[in-house]
Amino acid sequence: MKYLKQFSIIIAISFTAELIKYLVPLPIPASIYGLVLLFLLLCTGALREDSIKESAGFLVEIMPVMFIPAAVGLLGSWDAVRPILLPAVAMIVAVTIAVMAVTGRIAQRMIRSEEKRRG
Amino acid sequence: MDSFASDSAFFGVALTLGCYWIGAALKKRFRLAIFNPLLIAVALCIAFLLVFRIDYQSYNSGAKYLSYLLTPATVCLALPLYRQLEKLRKNLRAILCSLIAGALTSMGSVLLLSMLFGLSHQEYVTFLPKSITTAIGMGVSEELGGIVPLTVAAIIITGIFGNAAGDLVMKLFKITEPIAKGLAMGSASHAIGTARAMEWGELEGAMSSLSIVISGIITVAAASFFAMLY
Repeated sequence: MKYLKQFSIIIAISFTAELIKYLVPLPIPASIYGLVLLFLLLCTGALREDSIKESAGFLVEIMPVMFIPAAVGLLGSWDAVRPILLPAVAMIVAVTIAVMAVTGRIAQRMIRSEEKRRG
Repeated sequence: MDSFASDSAFFGVALTLGCYWIGAALKKRFRLAIFNPLLIAVALCIAFLLVFRIDYQSYNSGAKYLSYLLTPATVCLALPLYRQLEKLRKNLRAILCSLIAGALTSMGSVLLLSMLFGLSHQEYVTFLPKSITTAIGMGVSEELGGIVPLTVAAIIITGIFGNAAGDLVMKLFKITEPIAKGLAMGSASHAIGTARAMEWGELEGAMSSLSIVISGIITVAAASFFAMLY
């Protein structure tokens, strides 16, 4: 019954998250509400790590393949993309690298300087 | 072939998983950043559908069950985050500062490049939320009057590019701190980048998951301001 229980809890949280999305008029998806909800349940001790651990681990591990169907679906937007293909690709490549570098460098510098201060 | 594919319940999932394994095998064999399993899987699936003249709808009638799991899987990202609660508390200032800087860099550089390329206002706001998670980005694009399907395309390509290029960018900019690597992946390439961060380690994955939420919220808050600038 372990997996049935874990799966039921995860689906119940996902469903509750959908309800929250239905009630709150913000452009925030159910998955984000669900992530925050599960995080709060774990932090408050309402839910123990053991009651979802294995099923959550399975879902997180297979997550990369869940993006493939949507990406394959981009085939259908080819006509919309083609006119601005060059600026779009340049933009995506440049912005993604810039954001990674800025976030990563700032975080690393701040973490290290705080570690040094703490000694 | 198309009629079989559209009737089959497992064709889409089997093709997707098969292509992913080919990608994983190529990566293991060649150890090059370009051999990213996700990138290869997408390319192979598209090639397969084109060669055998199979409609996307036929493929997706089975493959949609993989997408279906995306919400519960994203919910479960809370677990690694909870396990790293201590690190989160201890580095809260660095985490928030770097994510704010990252979100501003994202929108600022989209602004700069839109001016440079002479894009229209509508094209500019279409790309504005491209670094954040799909559902939030769609909402932002719609609110600002962007072209929503194009925003979705930009978000997914950003994610896959980030997933594939992450290792190289970290090396290039000498980012070695696990927390910093996770934050960089999540803020630049949302959940798809997080999938890669999760393979680096639990701390990286947890920080990347956190970035999806925080960067999404910062972008929702700041996007309408950025939309007025061009």
